[in-house]
Amino acid sequence: MELLYFGTKGWGDELFVAFLMTIAVSITAMFIGILFSIVFTPLKLSNNKVLNFISNFYTTVIRGVPELLVIYLLFFGGSGAVMFVASMFGYNKYIEINAFITGSFAIGIISGAYSTEVFRGAIQSIDRGQFEACKALGFKKFIYFLKVIIPQMLRLAIPNLSNVWQITLKDTSLISVTGLVEIMRQSYIAAGSTRDPLFFYSFAALLYLILTFVSMKILNKLENKYSRGF
Amino acid sequence: MDLDLMINSFPKLLSATLTTLKLLSLSLIFGLILGLIFAIMRLSKKKIIANFSYSFSYVFRGTPLLVQIFIIYFGLGQIEYLRSTILWTVLKEPYWCAIIAFSLNTGAYTSEILRSAFQTIKPGFIEAGKSLGISNKIIFYKIQIPIAIKQSLPAYGNEIILMLKGTSLASTVTLMDLTGVAKYIISTTFKPVEVFIVAGSIYLFLTFLIHNFIKFAEKKMGTN
Repeated sequence: MELLYFGTKGWGDELFVAFLMTIAVSITAMFIGILFSIVFTPLKLSNNKVLNFISNFYTTVIRGVPELLVIYLLFFGGSGAVMFVASMFGYNKYIEINAFITGSFAIGIISGAYSTEVFRGAIQSIDRGQFEACKALGFKKFIYFLKVIIPQMLRLAIPNLSNVWQITLKDTSLISVTGLVEIMRQSYIAAGSTRDPLFFYSFAALLYLILTFVSMKILNKLENKYSRGF
Repeated sequence: MDLDLMINSFPKLLSATLTTLKLLSLSLIFGLILGLIFAIMRLSKKKIIANFSYSFSYVFRGTPLLVQIFIIYFGLGQIEYLRSTILWTVLKEPYWCAIIAFSLNTGAYTSEILRSAFQTIKPGFIEAGKSLGISNKIIFYKIQIPIAIKQSLPAYGNEIILMLKGTSLASTVTLMDLTGVAKYIISTTFKPVEVFIVAGSIYLFLTFLIHNFIKFAEKKMGTN
């Protein structure tokens, strides 16, 4: 138990900070993922074949390729890509992207592919009559999406979105390979310097269990809230 | 784009795919057996057995696969007692540690898939069997299991694909699977995009094969 003391004696405070870091990365990644799906879901539903292809390409590739490979791509290629864009604007110095941004971006791209599929499924399972009624009443497209379709879609999407959240949360453990100090990385450091991997990795597993358990409780409440009246 | 690198790395990545496929198939076989055992335990009327199975699947589904591999590979070696038993011959190999972790992980997910399949079997089927005087054992093997397999096929197909992606984590415990070799080539050549395209296409091709195989199996079994 001494290993978990706060301060210089134990690893308690470091692990606590790492725990917060995991939460921060997961939330940022989920947010980036939802931004991605806001862009790609309309493309997926559009009648334009080219736009459809772009969106299908994104979701198929990301969901068919291991997360670790996507992370390596962004970790090794990310700063090169940013420098390339920057050089077009005449900025030629070396840019190093911080591990937090690379990590949450990588996980966000992955999470976005899953949530795009969730949103597509939810919108497609809304009764066609709802769309027709809106058109018949002469609503503008923007208004009817905002006021009619999205509220109904959220009810259908939230159970699956909570699955996406769980996946995102667990995927954040993978960005420890890039050196970002979250739960997994901190446990690795602690296990290395104390020679007690069993304890630290089991403790990391416990922290993840706490996170998944608590978030499941919260999401169930949200689910109940949005399905009032059904 | 460095086409030469792409062409040169292709054979290396292809031979690493073999390791990935070995890891995948072995862990799926062990995982299926474990999953079936845990699904049956979960449906048991004895609360202790059902709860044990539930907590097994909860723990393995609630923690990242990476933690599970690390506990088994780095953690278990720390127990002095284990080192003296015969188990150590298995646990000192990263290959088997990865397979154990993958099997337990996919076993947990498979048990959930099979459990829900067992629970959605209409009680009428079982009652019909009973009224014909068929013994419980035969009802289980000839009625419940075939229906459960049929019902769980689509979900199990997804699990196979998730597991294929999961095997990439073997590269974190020094195994040279497809992702491991890809990472090695990336870190020596600093050409991430090219290697990603080649390795990614191999993974996508495998996903495509699995997807179509499951579709074919579904058609064969007549599920819709």
